[in-house]
Amino acid sequence: MAAILQTRGLKKYFGGLYAINGVDLSIEEGELRCLIGPNGAGKSTLFKLILGSYEPSEGTILFKGDDITSLRPHLRVQRGLSIKFQVPGIFLALPVEQNLRIALQRAFRGAALEQELERLLALIDLEHQRSELATNLSHGQQQWLEIAMAVALQPAVLLLDEPTAGMSPEETFKTGELVKKLNASGMTIVVIEHDMAFVRQIAKRVTVLHFGQVFDEGSLDDIVRNEDVVRIYLGKV
Amino acid sequence: MPRWLALLDGPQTLGRGPAFWSVFGVIAVATALLPTFVNAFAITNLTYFLVWVFMALGLSLIWGYSGILSFGQTAFFGLAGYAYGVISINLGDAGLWTWFALLVSLILPIVLAVVLGYFMFYGGVRDVFVGIVTLSITLVFETFMAQTAGPEWTIGSARLNGFNGMSNMPPLTFPWGESPIIFDGPAFFWLVLALVVVVYLGLRILVNSRFGNVLVAIRENPDRAEMLGYNVRLYQLLVFVIGSVLAGMSGVLYTLWGSYITPSSMGLTAAALPIIWVAAGGRKDLTATLLATVLLTWLSQQLAVKGNQYALIWMGAILLVVVLFAPEGLFVTLWKKLRGRKRTRQATAPKAVSSPSA
Repeated sequence: MAAILQTRGLKKYFGGLYAINGVDLSIEEGELRCLIGPNGAGKSTLFKLILGSYEPSEGTILFKGDDITSLRPHLRVQRGLSIKFQVPGIFLALPVEQNLRIALQRAFRGAALEQELERLLALIDLEHQRSELATNLSHGQQQWLEIAMAVALQPAVLLLDEPTAGMSPEETFKTGELVKKLNASGMTIVVIEHDMAFVRQIAKRVTVLHFGQVFDEGSLDDIVRNEDVVRIYLGKV
Repeated sequence: MPRWLALLDGPQTLGRGPAFWSVFGVIAVATALLPTFVNAFAITNLTYFLVWVFMALGLSLIWGYSGILSFGQTAFFGLAGYAYGVISINLGDAGLWTWFALLVSLILPIVLAVVLGYFMFYGGVRDVFVGIVTLSITLVFETFMAQTAGPEWTIGSARLNGFNGMSNMPPLTFPWGESPIIFDGPAFFWLVLALVVVVYLGLRILVNSRFGNVLVAIRENPDRAEMLGYNVRLYQLLVFVIGSVLAGMSGVLYTLWGSYITPSSMGLTAAALPIIWVAAGGRKDLTATLLATVLLTWLSQQLAVKGNQYALIWMGAILLVVVLFAPEGLFVTLWKKLRGRKRTRQATAPKAVSSPSA
């Protein structure tokens, strides 16, 4: 299978600090990949480089075979990248429905938009809170709303930065099922996650980042067998 | 009903449905009929209140809907006003020249807004700094025009006249056989009223459209808007241009109204007033902005006429009270209170019916 998203020798330094120090990442089409690693390993920075919030100091980013390294963020999104931020990035003062409409209106019109709106509301279980202001939702529901907004763009690659942060175990499990469902429908997904139960639930392949570099990569079972990974990140699993 | 017309009502505007539009229609028609009932002085006054509405609606669009606080809309007001003066004095009122002057006076603010907006939004100027930059521009304009009192400051036959202000520009004139139509008195009033109605309705359609959805998205969370694939800087530039041409429209109409424009129309006080009107009424709603602008310009004038030296202090006090007690704006807060009460009454009514049988 061909890689849909690739980084080559990607580096980002803030002053003298290397947040990302030569990352070669290759995500295949249809893959569901987890990125794990200790705090400060550079996971979120990597996402921001891929989306263009940060400019890389060195290296290139390839998406669908094209070099997008110096493309403006909204153009990357228009090409099929989409992200759910670490901190919920929704329109808090607007109703749930309006949040989704704003996300949907680029790709859909008229009846198709209404249909897609209903589908997404059902997907995240917010049909009955559609007129509620987003700020009144629970933390977990806000996370789901943002996932739905990211999904509304019908991206080729969806990046999820800690989608289950602050969720109850039940909500976390539900999110896992949602992510698996999206992936099964053909969406390539990359997830940053700390919750190892969640990672076990969803991921086939895991990449470990440490000090801005790829430390290990493989199936979760391989990863937990690597004593160095256990030492730097997992502790006693 | 065509789709674009349906956008008159939508999530970004208060007031909808037959009741609202009936009231709107009655007020519009009644206002249009006023010249048959009241004296010419009252009409001139009312025209004056309406002249400011365009700048206020433009600011509501830029600030209230898109989250960009421009403190210097008066720069566009003054530019357009002076432009009309210079062009119309030079070309006179024959043929369609006054309309040509009007047109050019509206194009100049667009050019200024495109250049200024490009450097601000594409240069990463944000938040309060947009206010500082725009305020600086209007103060520079004021200072510059104030020192043009000398006879050497003339453009063609138009003398800029420094802080004394420029005057004697011809009114809009439309050639009509023997007796051309001069837009003066009631005719000018009807022209301004028609423009207010058209601009108000046009902006309602705009803010409820897909374009308007993106504006609100940018106001609420620019990063998210960008990550939904919207070109945030382009939208900001476009909305800044629209708001600025509206400020320019106020400037031209003001100049026409009194056949007069002075540098103080671009000064600090003048720059602060639109912010007060828009904030006091409710910056996130066009209707609230329109009502507050007419009401507060009327109030300022009443205070000034009654010999009150402190009209401006009253304006400041009103702003303070509103910010403290109704931060969403007076009319928006009132509207939501009334709607809330209506809703609770509707919600409790069925229970009251069912209770006797229980």
